[in-house]
Amino acid sequence: MAWQWFHRLGSPRWFYEKTSRWLVWFAPLTIALLLIGLIWGLAFAPIDAKQGNSYRIIFIHMPAAVLSLVGYYIMAIAGGVGLIWRMKLPFMVMQAAAPIGAALTILTLATGSLWGYPTWGTFWEWDARNIFMLVLLFLYLGIVVLGKVYPVRDAADKACAILALVGTVNVPIIYKSVDWWYSLHQPASIKFTGASSIHPSMLYPLLLCIVAYYCFYTLSLILYTRREVLVREARTQWVGELVGAPNNGDKSGGERHA
Amino acid sequence: MDDQRGDNWSGVSAVFSRDLRLMWRHRSDLANPLIFFLIAITLLPLGVDPSRQLLGSIAPGMLWIMALLATLLSMDLLFRGDYDDGSLAQFQLAPQPLYLTVLAKVAVYWLTTGLPLALMAPLLAVMLALPEGGYIPLTLSLTLGTAVMSLIGALGAALTVCLRSGGLVLTLIVMPLYLPVLIIGANCVSSAVAGFDYSRELALLGAGLALALIVMPPAIAGALRISSNQ
Amino acid sequence: MPARQPTEPPRLTLDNVTCERDDRVLFCNLQYNCQAGTLLQVVGFNGAGKTTLLHALTGLIAPAEGQILWQQTPIANSARAFRQALLYLGHQAPVKAHLTVAENALWLARLQGASVERLDWALEQVDMLAYRDITCHSLSAGQRRRVALAQLYMSQAPLWVLDEPFTAIDKEGVAKLEALLERHCAHGGIAVLTSHQALRVAGMQTLNLADFQPQAGASYAYG
Repeated sequence: MAWQWFHRLGSPRWFYEKTSRWLVWFAPLTIALLLIGLIWGLAFAPIDAKQGNSYRIIFIHMPAAVLSLVGYYIMAIAGGVGLIWRMKLPFMVMQAAAPIGAALTILTLATGSLWGYPTWGTFWEWDARNIFMLVLLFLYLGIVVLGKVYPVRDAADKACAILALVGTVNVPIIYKSVDWWYSLHQPASIKFTGASSIHPSMLYPLLLCIVAYYCFYTLSLILYTRREVLVREARTQWVGELVGAPNNGDKSGGERHA
Repeated sequence: MDDQRGDNWSGVSAVFSRDLRLMWRHRSDLANPLIFFLIAITLLPLGVDPSRQLLGSIAPGMLWIMALLATLLSMDLLFRGDYDDGSLAQFQLAPQPLYLTVLAKVAVYWLTTGLPLALMAPLLAVMLALPEGGYIPLTLSLTLGTAVMSLIGALGAALTVCLRSGGLVLTLIVMPLYLPVLIIGANCVSSAVAGFDYSRELALLGAGLALALIVMPPAIAGALRISSNQ
Repeated sequence: MPARQPTEPPRLTLDNVTCERDDRVLFCNLQYNCQAGTLLQVVGFNGAGKTTLLHALTGLIAPAEGQILWQQTPIANSARAFRQALLYLGHQAPVKAHLTVAENALWLARLQGASVERLDWALEQVDMLAYRDITCHSLSAGQRRRVALAQLYMSQAPLWVLDEPFTAIDKEGVAKLEALLERHCAHGGIAVLTSHQALRVAGMQTLNLADFQPQAGASYAYG
């Protein structure tokens, strides 16, 4: 009986109804946090002595980088749970996490190169963190593509889960090897401002931004998963009742193939 | 228990010798990756600059990248034939575990693709003016590296076996996983050329192979079960 | 006879089996018990799920609900023992075009742990001994199927699951196969097969999948 809550977690309907209640306060909270964090960081935090205003992109860049890595593990763990306990919902979470993660890596890469231009004089530098983010993007894309090309959704879920799990073994190895590669090839002209102590007036908005990003990630994961739930359960009675019209389900079912 | 082990061995060796024999009957296919390797390396100086200095400096990386692409060339066919004619179902239903059968198939693939590439690489290295001292590490690192890449590639082949045009998806999902092997392998050669000790890189590749031998066969077997039955 | 034959009589039980494909219920609440000596022909219209049922019986796929028991144990829990007792031939013949007839029959037999000494005898039984050392790509579809069917003569497995074994087989071959199936079951074996042909085997049971169709209202997944 102690496991009942766990298996209820696997019920898409339970998830949908629970999150409907959470979203009412969680969505405004996330938007508020995000706005406060970004405005604080972009407008009110003090200017950096060396980099000027361009450093401010860190408030967007750094949390995105953190979340894109964390997101990979969230995706893989969801896939693993789905494989082991044969539950539907974790697979939906996994499939929702892949495009979000891919978007976050793209955001990280884009903001990184925007920062790189005034700082390094180039949009793309073969820097360890750049390469790692790029490879992470490929890993995400692999999962997204694999999930799309499979003819049967059930098999697609399991195949993606296996790929994601193998990826989790590989991600630290990739990280280490890229790091090591960079230490061998590091061009002398580029120096990092290391792990110098960051002033609290910059640190606090950064921390707030990270918290806000975590909330934002959770929010988008919930919204994506809810969409996935509706699409996959389109033919069930409860979704039919929820949408109100009996044929509405088919419409959202067709969306996936469109 | 002994009986089980004997059964395992008989079944696995049946698949192993069957695949070797099939490869032998398809000798012309066997040469394809080698010819690709040769042509790609021939094109390289024509595309860049044939000066020995430049070629020598990019040779370790280029040889490794071309060998990597050559191992990918026929990877998507690894399980395709068995999937199409129902042999794969027989593998799954045979008494011995599927991962042992998979291991036998990957071993044949490596013996007929990776190992010949590793042995041929020194010849092409001469054409690319690889400095002395790089030849032995090149062969050794490619021997280990192609084994790791065969195991990783087999996962991609297993995941895409049911897709008609799986080759492209296979490349997409396998390439990022190849990255550490490429970095370590190419560095093994270039550090040997620079006169450093390269045993650390070889040890890393060996560790990678050990890890891949543990992680990949069950993953490949799981992927085959998922993708082949729908 | 075979040393590995289990001492207790073979028994295959389908316990409340439901199978789905692409969220569509093919058949549901299938209940069936195969005692030793059962020859069971699965029939049904195209797309009724005959092959799916055979795949579920062999453990290639897991049924959506219910379970399949071999000697009272779910087949997922005794995978090795079950697979040793099983011989499965799918609707494709696992025959490689570039191997000879003997090589093809041999690797399959060794994979399944069947007795290899009876190879020539088995090939003779399926009328393929004359082609022993011919590579299979010059053979017809029926001949390839015969190469696969040679497994039946080498196998010691008590449970046979055969998907359309008579495809492309001529009349004499069918008659021989019918006799073989009868003999297998007379020795206490179990055979489950699908076929579009009416078979003349004494004591054959029939399972019609049309009897286990989901009720129109109950299956929301339909459509």
